[in-house]
Amino acid sequence: MSTSNETLFIQHFGNEESRTLNYYLNQMNGYTALKKALGMKPDQLIEEVKASNLRGRGGAGFPTGVKWGFIPKQSDRPKYVVINADESEPGTFKDRDIMRYTPFLLLEGMVITGHAIGSNVGYIYIRGEYTREAKLLNEAIQTAYDRGYLGKNIQGTGFDFDVTVHRGAGAYICGEETALLNSLEGKRGEPRVKPPFPAIEGAFRGPTVVNNVETIANLPFIVNRGGKWFSDLGNLPGSGGTRLVGVSGHVKKPGLYEFGAGGVTIRELIYDYCGGILGDKKLKAVIPGGSSSPVLRADEIDVILDIEPLQKIGSMLGTASVMVVSEDYNVVQLLRRMIHFYAHESCGQCTPCREGSQWMEDIVKKILRGQGREEDIDLLEDIASNIDGKTLCALGEAVAWPVQSFVKKFRPDFEAFIRGGAHA
Amino acid sequence: MAKVLSDQFYSVMKKLEPRYPNKVALMLPALHAAQEEMGWLPPESLDEIADYIGCHPAQVREVASFYTMYNLKPVGKHHIKICTNVACCLRGAYDLVDHCEKKLGIKVGQTTDDRKFTLHEEECLGACGTAPAMMLDDDYHENLDTTRLDELLDSME
Ligand SMILES: Cc1cc2nc3c(=O)[nH]c(=O)nc-3n(C[C@H](O)[C@H](O)[C@H](O)COP(=O)(O)O)c2cc1C
Repeated sequence: MSTSNETLFIQHFGNEESRTLNYYLNQMNGYTALKKALGMKPDQLIEEVKASNLRGRGGAGFPTGVKWGFIPKQSDRPKYVVINADESEPGTFKDRDIMRYTPFLLLEGMVITGHAIGSNVGYIYIRGEYTREAKLLNEAIQTAYDRGYLGKNIQGTGFDFDVTVHRGAGAYICGEETALLNSLEGKRGEPRVKPPFPAIEGAFRGPTVVNNVETIANLPFIVNRGGKWFSDLGNLPGSGGTRLVGVSGHVKKPGLYEFGAGGVTIRELIYDYCGGILGDKKLKAVIPGGSSSPVLRADEIDVILDIEPLQKIGSMLGTASVMVVSEDYNVVQLLRRMIHFYAHESCGQCTPCREGSQWMEDIVKKILRGQGREEDIDLLEDIASNIDGKTLCALGEAVAWPVQSFVKKFRPDFEAFIRGGAHA
Repeated sequence: MAKVLSDQFYSVMKKLEPRYPNKVALMLPALHAAQEEMGWLPPESLDEIADYIGCHPAQVREVASFYTMYNLKPVGKHHIKICTNVACCLRGAYDLVDHCEKKLGIKVGQTTDDRKFTLHEEECLGACGTAPAMMLDDDYHENLDTTRLDELLDSME
């Protein structure tokens, strides 16, 4: 149980100084974890990460130590550390600040990961739009090479590690880990059939760990202060560390916040930290974990913002990106915009996702025009349930879940358009 | 085949080669580098990239056409991309789009007659806490309103 209000990241954000190596070395104990980690056996390191209860920050919340444990010890092919910096789930904007204000946390974390799984090669797959962030990362990488924190024989330890920034080019689907790997290999970003999972056959067919930026940026803290300490930063069993929480939409103070995992309810977040709803209006809806997470009504916000509590009420923490919608916003219109995104970003491989998302957008548009029929609401649910679980990757669920939850929770809003016409 | 890509392109690629286990992996970096110097990706540049990588030109087209950032048609001197995804939409992104369309006399997807501006709607830029946001060429601009948008566009050469 957490007793502290300690934060790890947010105090360094917004400060240009913090991205320099000197700041990292002097103000953040930079690169002390690396020496410690390289003195540990890989298995010991993996055990420490398991004990930390660090869970993936990319959306699925998978325990990081467990994921690393799947990597085979022996491999004929090189192993890879791949960082998912695609950050494209709508509502999510945390990895950008880690990369532009504390890039060395990520770079040190990558070397530690390399040692844990026996890899000497890392890639950071960054979304194409983050041009400036890619440049800052490349500058930090160059500094790390110049000062012996990357490259051959890092700090005289005999361990080698290389990092390359690989820019994406505008495709949401490349955040899905196997699509990302195809894109890294110079192909279209189409998800792969699993198994084999990346841990067995990932980048260039070698065993590969794919982790989110925030996940890996936590490692220097875990190594320096121990798995138990990190686990105790969280407030619920099995969920360690702090969470960077992004709040956007109709609140007075949108932006990034950081709490011990499970340290805040959505109500507290909105009203105590973000100053309440714009114009002191009433709350209509909250999307708690990036736009693919099922929507919550105003009467559901006393839930603790963490993995298990949200799962229990049928939603998900996802990327801890909370989007807030006030009472006078048209949620049917909002759903249309969300479906449009997923329809546009569907890679097209799986029929249910490719056709279903487009079809659902057409139906919602029709409803908005005042031409909907009562049956259309059931049809939306029917199409969504025929996408859910029937596609190669979770983009299918990402479009099905918002539709299912909006229809379930805001049915009267849809009916008003159907019965009252376009000006409902 | 007359070369369209510069020596600079080839020297950037040479530096990247040792970073990847094979040449096909240089596909995205090569497309980015080519677009950076040409502003878009004319067909000859795609053929030349195929030649450099040692693959069929169709393979380069297949990849280039998958990603929205690769311009397979010429764009204006300045590329305006306004995010209209959820967070920006909640903060008035469509007012910005309407304003731009009126001001420039073009619709989304079009380029002005003087080829100065191309306007696009963009999917989530990852700047939701400072919405509404847009990209103007390589730069992000956040917490926008129409006044700030006017200032920005008027200041472009
Ligand atoms: C459609 C789709 C988009 C995704 N986008 C991202 C993303 O932008 N960033 C990210 O870290 N994970 C994303 N993920 C999750 C990744 O597939 C993967 O689970 C994650 O990178 C694993 O890292 P973690 O265990 O550290 O969270 C996405 C998944 C799906 C299905």
